[in-house]
Amino acid sequence: MFVILFTFVFALLLAAMPLPDTFLWAQPEWATMVLIYWCIALPHRVGVLAGFFLGLCMDLLDGSLLGQNAMAMSVIAYVALLLYQRMRNYGALQQALMVGLLISISLLIFQWVQNLTSVAADTLAFLLPAVTSMLLWPWFFIGMRTIRRRFQIH
Amino acid sequence: MFVKGPSLGLRLLACLVLSLALMFSDYRYQHMDQVRSFLTVAVTPLQWAVDLPNRLWSWGAATFSDRNALLAENALLKEQALQLSSKNQRMAYLIAENLRLRELLNAKKPNKDRFLLGEVIGLDADAFTHQVLVNRGRRDGVYEGQAVVDALGLMGQVVSVSTYTSRVLLAADTAHAVPVLINRNGFRVIAIGSGQVDELMLSHVPDTADIRAGDLLVTSGLAGRFPKGYPVAEVSTVRHEPGKPFATVSARPLAQLERSRYVLMLNPLEATDNTDLSVTGSVSPETKAQE
Repeated sequence: MFVILFTFVFALLLAAMPLPDTFLWAQPEWATMVLIYWCIALPHRVGVLAGFFLGLCMDLLDGSLLGQNAMAMSVIAYVALLLYQRMRNYGALQQALMVGLLISISLLIFQWVQNLTSVAADTLAFLLPAVTSMLLWPWFFIGMRTIRRRFQIH
Repeated sequence: MFVKGPSLGLRLLACLVLSLALMFSDYRYQHMDQVRSFLTVAVTPLQWAVDLPNRLWSWGAATFSDRNALLAENALLKEQALQLSSKNQRMAYLIAENLRLRELLNAKKPNKDRFLLGEVIGLDADAFTHQVLVNRGRRDGVYEGQAVVDALGLMGQVVSVSTYTSRVLLAADTAHAVPVLINRNGFRVIAIGSGQVDELMLSHVPDTADIRAGDLLVTSGLAGRFPKGYPVAEVSTVRHEPGKPFATVSARPLAQLERSRYVLMLNPLEATDNTDLSVTGSVSPETKAQE
């Protein structure tokens, strides 16, 4: 349990790291990636509620509207839970594509709300984090699996 | 399926409804700010942890820097102090004169602004908003709407306060506007953030207005939110377009919005808990405007 919590906290730390503006656009969505991993690996322990609270923490850290990330994260957890059996059988490439798609969905939801309440991006560049997350996914997956096996989390 | 209790869809529905309700009330109602400031305390350790490498680095740099570098820096600072104090001498005379003239005119004496020194501990990891996190909160007397300046000009204003930290909306954010006047002739305009950290836009400037590149814009104090006389920006370009009723004027903020580490928060409330750490003092806006 503590290890799962720790990975989430670490992902939030990575997400809140100050970066130069150019990198900011392409920063991988660490927290979302961790959430997707745990939903696939341990669907009976990490689910929609975990996504909701993770999103709430992101909102508090970002200063975005309370519930904005929470909504996106719950939806992502839901979809990941629907797909986890299929995702487990996918090859690395196929899995990475799927993760890219999921993260695009979460970014899109975030942008919808952003558009309704304040100013949103005017280009599709806001989808860049999905691309970088997708490229990093195979290595990220192996790393997380090592952690899971090392600490024997079931 | 492994799911026990309510079904997956039901859980999603509950979370969706909850987050929609949260968003709606956060967007609409003022009192949600208190809930947010209460919840933010929970993530404050995270915010500190993010800043930790930075602080360790500057601590290490200060501890292990060599003697010559420190001596050189010391000499430079002494020179700066000398320069500033010589400027200040003239300023003292000008302020006294200004006061005498104001007395002759029976005008009200200008208030001196008090300030609280804060340190930026976090930047916003979001490309669409320009906010910074400062290590001063309600405990130190920070309040919402408080004006924040750095050594060179106006930074922005406080938008949310929690117990130990507060969030400052920078003047360059698209949600930020500040009433300013042109120092040269007193013409009043409103400077709106453009979303780019090095640009402000001036809205509704008539084509015939006397405004040109290089004009200094200072806060006018008219909205009652920002104290009068703090430098905000310098006009960079003025474009007259024949088809449009207003001129397109952009200005460059004087404050180092993306670089300043230390900020001054103006006129803090009386701190509820006085710690020795909080450096307070007073600064007169006239002095700054002349610089």
